[in-house]
Amino acid sequence: MTTTAVTPSDRRTVPALGKPRTPKLPSVGERTLDNGLRVLAVRRPGVPLAELRLRIPFAGPKGRGADTHVARAQLLGDTLLSGTPTRSASQVAADVQALGGQLSASTDADRLGFGASVLSSGLPGLLEILAEVLTGATYPKDEVVGERDRLVSELAIYRSQAGVVAREALLQRMYGDHPYGRDLPEAEAVEAVTAAQLRSLHARRVAPAGSVLVVVGDLTPARAIGLVEQALSGWTTQGEAVEAPPVPQAPQGAAVLLDRPGAVQTTLRLGGPAPSRTAPDYAAFTLANLVFGGYFSSRWVANIREDKGYTYSPHSSVEHPPAGSRVVVSADVATDVTAPAVLETLYELGRIATVPVGQDELDQARRYAIGSLALSTASQAGLASTLSLLAGAGLGVEWLRDHPRNLGTVTVEQVLAAGAQWLAPRRLTGVLVGDAATVAGPLSGVLDIEPA
Amino acid sequence: MTLDNGLRVVVSPDRSSPVVAVAVYYDVGIRSEPEGRTGFAHLFEHLMFQGSASLGKTEHFTYVQGSGGTLNGSTHLDYTNYFEVLPSNAAELAMFLEADRMRSVALTPENLENQVAVVQNEIRVNVLNRPYGGFPWIHMPPVLYQTFANAHNGYGDFVDLESATLQDAQGFFDRYYAPGNAVLTVAGDVDAAEILRLAERHFGDIPARDVPVRPDFAEPPPSGERRHVIEDRLAPTPAVAMAWRVPDPADLDAYLPYVVLAEVLTDGDAARLQDRLVLRDRAVTSVGGYLGVMGDPLDARNPTPLLLEVHHPEQTSVDTVTGAVDEELARLAGDGLTAGELERTVARMKARYLREIDPVLGRALNMSVFEQQRGRAELVNEVPALLESVTAEQVQAAAGTLGADRAVLEVRPGGAA
Repeated sequence: MTTTAVTPSDRRTVPALGKPRTPKLPSVGERTLDNGLRVLAVRRPGVPLAELRLRIPFAGPKGRGADTHVARAQLLGDTLLSGTPTRSASQVAADVQALGGQLSASTDADRLGFGASVLSSGLPGLLEILAEVLTGATYPKDEVVGERDRLVSELAIYRSQAGVVAREALLQRMYGDHPYGRDLPEAEAVEAVTAAQLRSLHARRVAPAGSVLVVVGDLTPARAIGLVEQALSGWTTQGEAVEAPPVPQAPQGAAVLLDRPGAVQTTLRLGGPAPSRTAPDYAAFTLANLVFGGYFSSRWVANIREDKGYTYSPHSSVEHPPAGSRVVVSADVATDVTAPAVLETLYELGRIATVPVGQDELDQARRYAIGSLALSTASQAGLASTLSLLAGAGLGVEWLRDHPRNLGTVTVEQVLAAGAQWLAPRRLTGVLVGDAATVAGPLSGVLDIEPA
Repeated sequence: MTLDNGLRVVVSPDRSSPVVAVAVYYDVGIRSEPEGRTGFAHLFEHLMFQGSASLGKTEHFTYVQGSGGTLNGSTHLDYTNYFEVLPSNAAELAMFLEADRMRSVALTPENLENQVAVVQNEIRVNVLNRPYGGFPWIHMPPVLYQTFANAHNGYGDFVDLESATLQDAQGFFDRYYAPGNAVLTVAGDVDAAEILRLAERHFGDIPARDVPVRPDFAEPPPSGERRHVIEDRLAPTPAVAMAWRVPDPADLDAYLPYVVLAEVLTDGDAARLQDRLVLRDRAVTSVGGYLGVMGDPLDARNPTPLLLEVHHPEQTSVDTVTGAVDEELARLAGDGLTAGELERTVARMKARYLREIDPVLGRALNMSVFEQQRGRAELVNEVPALLESVTAEQVQAAAGTLGADRAVLEVRPGGAA
């Protein structure tokens, strides 16, 4: 090589990419145990750990029972680990810790999920504790009362955040009384929950049939499945695996403005339905969304951040709850530029819906979509989470091979069609949380604002 | 390997997945900002993404993401880092991009003005429009410290950000972004010899510049309790943070017992303060504890604190919280650890660390900071054994030092509707 003097004007040629190495599709061992639990296992050496993800269908009813279910489900997740017939809450915590493990439970509108990681040597012990919790969580009254008060305090803290307020309002607007319309429980509903109700909910719903357990770690699938079978075959609860009903048609076009007096930013969230991972236009939609605002190198980020400085982190993301995927367009914009930021957002949405993207924009988004999928499965934890999400959608590991292939063949015309179908501004609905006295007037010129 | 211009290069091959992480660490952070320019290190980090001799504005992003990768940068008290994770066929591309901005970042008035606005919006979303925004990382240092370097707001005052000039930026770059003040790490699906060759090719002709001598930021710990109250009009319930100075992290033998102590006190429902304050007394909503104001136990230099962070309802007074903490510390200092307590605490710390370094990026980031601050990238593999070498007596003794010489920061709800 030669060495030359360098000046700031020295422009060099950017090196071309080498030949890509296609990631190897993980080899997944699978068995459905006699109790109906589906177990997926992958050997992924690296660090001496095992990752577990257990997904139990846990959707609630529509309408009036929804709030009660969300409150009970949330508190059930908070108190599942608060005691078993042989261990107190702090004993469960200490025993998990001693294995080099962490174990947590949480619920959302679709499922009760357990996430765990543990030193490989501790996997049998962790599965034993998990089995005890699944078959014998005791929900001690003191713990339930304590966690109930704590949850009420935590809800007050969540709801003091503009992003949480906006998300709740957006989901409520999109889904009404469908279970997806309620993200967090009301404090009053939480305060009414009793330990007996949690035990009853557990008995009816924490069941193996319809549930999926994923294990990824430095051990063979056969050994992982054997350990799971040994530990969890006694989990025989006969319950109902309830999935969420189909989502209703969401309103389109208009938005609501929620007042946050004195706020220095307006929290903007637009949402609408999106195609599921198995829909024929899913790959085209993925790329349309990326070009619009789904990654940093998108038009929307270039416009309202890198050109105009209206915001820090605009992002258009796709979420896949099983009963209906959605797109959520998010930005927190400075109060005094709220209306211009909305205008530019509507402009970029309109552009992706009506004007063909450039071939170079498409190819760049395509490489990003394929590459970032590979990155997301390159660690034990990432692979476990991805497999669990796919299983929740009824998809297998082959999706990791097929989706990149589908991305590879998407055309400019298909991106335009997907943009028109899913991202046209009039197809979305919205919520803004901001200082109404300042932003309402200018906003009314660019957006239909309905009374909150 | 060290290039002739002083750039240190670290390579860690791992061929298991076709991905690579590239990281560059500059040995400059918030503590080195001049007075009147608070937030400048972070603002400058933003400017490093705005183009360089061979790359127009936004091209750094489009090259990385257009190759299938992701990227970011972050500003800490003692360093600023830039990193990419990409499919491994883009390893050379990422090294080129990092070299280009190390050689010749493009500083323009438009980009400066634009990024001041972006950073102000970052501060709005993370601090000004958020309950408990900046608690405790921005609000604790002025209570705990007395010198500007340690005490000032690392996100920056809006006035200071707006006062920043291109001359400031060029001066900062010339002084602190010298190749000899940086570490380059490449981890993942690569060949070590090839990476060293590429490092020479792309970084080798960046001219050497003087490497600034890092100032000694040491200052005496508080003598007695320093207390401060902030009103937060967005916060619905009170919170309190406590901070004590701990030994210089350069001396791992003296420092690591405090890292373990923070976990004994707060990691999970079996930890001392969780058990006492959350589960038994039901007095607080949450307790957290960690080393370093930015939660960075192994990448902050001296001076640095152990912090506790507690959210509690109005019915629980701050004195109840601090009193219970003092009691638990005294009990630990007097009676020591219970059987198995140290072992289980360290077992989880070890597992969490292994989980952190399983992805190539986690590995690259840890190796970079170990190389930069300790000249020992290989420490990445030694951390689990170091944690296991901490004794119960050391943790007990550490607890005994967390006394009245401390800082206490209260957040009180400020009556928002």
